[in-house]
Amino acid sequence: MKPPLLSRLSSLAYVAALIAASGCATTANNPKDPFEGFNRAMFAVNEGLDKVIKPVAQGYDTVAPLPVKVVVSNFFGNIWDAWTAINNLLQGKGGEAVSDIGRLLINSTLGIGGAFDIASEMGLTKHSEDFGQTLGKWGVSEGPFFYWPIIGPRTTRDTFGWMVDSYSDPVWRVWLTGDMALRNVMVGTRYINLRATLLPADKVVEEAAFDRYNYIRDAYLQYRRNEVFDGELPHQVSDEESPQ
Amino acid sequence: MKSLVSMLFGLLIVLAPAAAQDLAPDAMVQQVTEDVLNIVRQDKDIQSGNTRKAIDLAETKVSPYFNFQRMTALAVGREWNKATPEQKKRLTEEFRTLLVRTYSNALTSYKNQKVVYKPSKMAPADTEVVVKTEVLQPGNKPIQLDYALEKQGGSWKVYDVIVAGVSLVTNYRDTFKQEMSNSGIDGLITMIANKNKQIEAGKK
Repeated sequence: MKPPLLSRLSSLAYVAALIAASGCATTANNPKDPFEGFNRAMFAVNEGLDKVIKPVAQGYDTVAPLPVKVVVSNFFGNIWDAWTAINNLLQGKGGEAVSDIGRLLINSTLGIGGAFDIASEMGLTKHSEDFGQTLGKWGVSEGPFFYWPIIGPRTTRDTFGWMVDSYSDPVWRVWLTGDMALRNVMVGTRYINLRATLLPADKVVEEAAFDRYNYIRDAYLQYRRNEVFDGELPHQVSDEESPQ
Repeated sequence: MKSLVSMLFGLLIVLAPAAAQDLAPDAMVQQVTEDVLNIVRQDKDIQSGNTRKAIDLAETKVSPYFNFQRMTALAVGREWNKATPEQKKRLTEEFRTLLVRTYSNALTSYKNQKVVYKPSKMAPADTEVVVKTEVLQPGNKPIQLDYALEKQGGSWKVYDVIVAGVSLVTNYRDTFKQEMSNSGIDGLITMIANKNKQIEAGKK
């Protein structure tokens, strides 16, 4: 039996691909964004949802003192470190994987269940990995860009990566213990906390972007390419692109 | 005596900016960053979102180390060569205003994060280099903040700022290209100018 989340998502992806393929995006002329029509519609949906989510995140950001927010981020970050370790292993980065496992062990114990990031202070750097990056490292190309409701921007590759991430996500799996309410609180808290960390970026994007959708899409694509290369993507601007 | 003092003082003013410019690129990035952050740390207005003050700070402390013309050329791409000198000048002016404001806006969200400077690999003969820094933020992964610099005459100038892999300059390329194919270089100038006016009208 397929887990409900995954099957829901794959049917969502299927429906979206159908809508997009059936001519909803005939006006798109950007080769890297063939489904621009669909994506812009979903972007608008998310902007609408954000009218509700953002105030909640702002409330949280104002009410919660910094140490509380740090503890919340650390707690969820610690859980994710296990998945980071697996992905580093899948990408053949054994040293990084060992360091991630070290982080998980140290922070879960000395760091009191992940509340404090003692491991970083001990010099074990936090890495950022997910299954989309692993696929990228394996040479899977990005595929068309999508803007999904709630989830936000993802390339096709990263959409599949995200499905695998969610399937393996210990926080989503809390429902297996039978405590659905706890799972919902955890997923909700993590989402609001994440939204709160993005608040400072809102103002910058609002003023920097001519077209918010374009700006976010292009930034997302650059960001993910850099992530696949673990920040070592060479800064290259070819001469024909950079006339003096 | 008095004139000697004022002459010395004048010399100091002239020499002060030159001092940082003669530094190696990584040392220069570090000095300018720390200078700016020291001011922001003590300025409650900037911390509470006073963009005007942050812009003044960016203009005096940061802009001298940026090559805005190169930045504009990068964002515009191939079409840059087709622009007249007058168009280039106006494009650079408008884009500069936009970039300085974006940078200043980012300054107002500063909350005592620490910046770590990574050792940069470069040979003495290099004329281009990327200086890597990281902004440490409690509870989250550090944010990569890189500066691409080139040597011009004797001094180094920043021509790109890359935040978490996202170039603040080339991120505009597609948007600019689209506008130029719709309404030409003049259309692009108008678009950036309108944006600047709109932001200026919205916030003082």
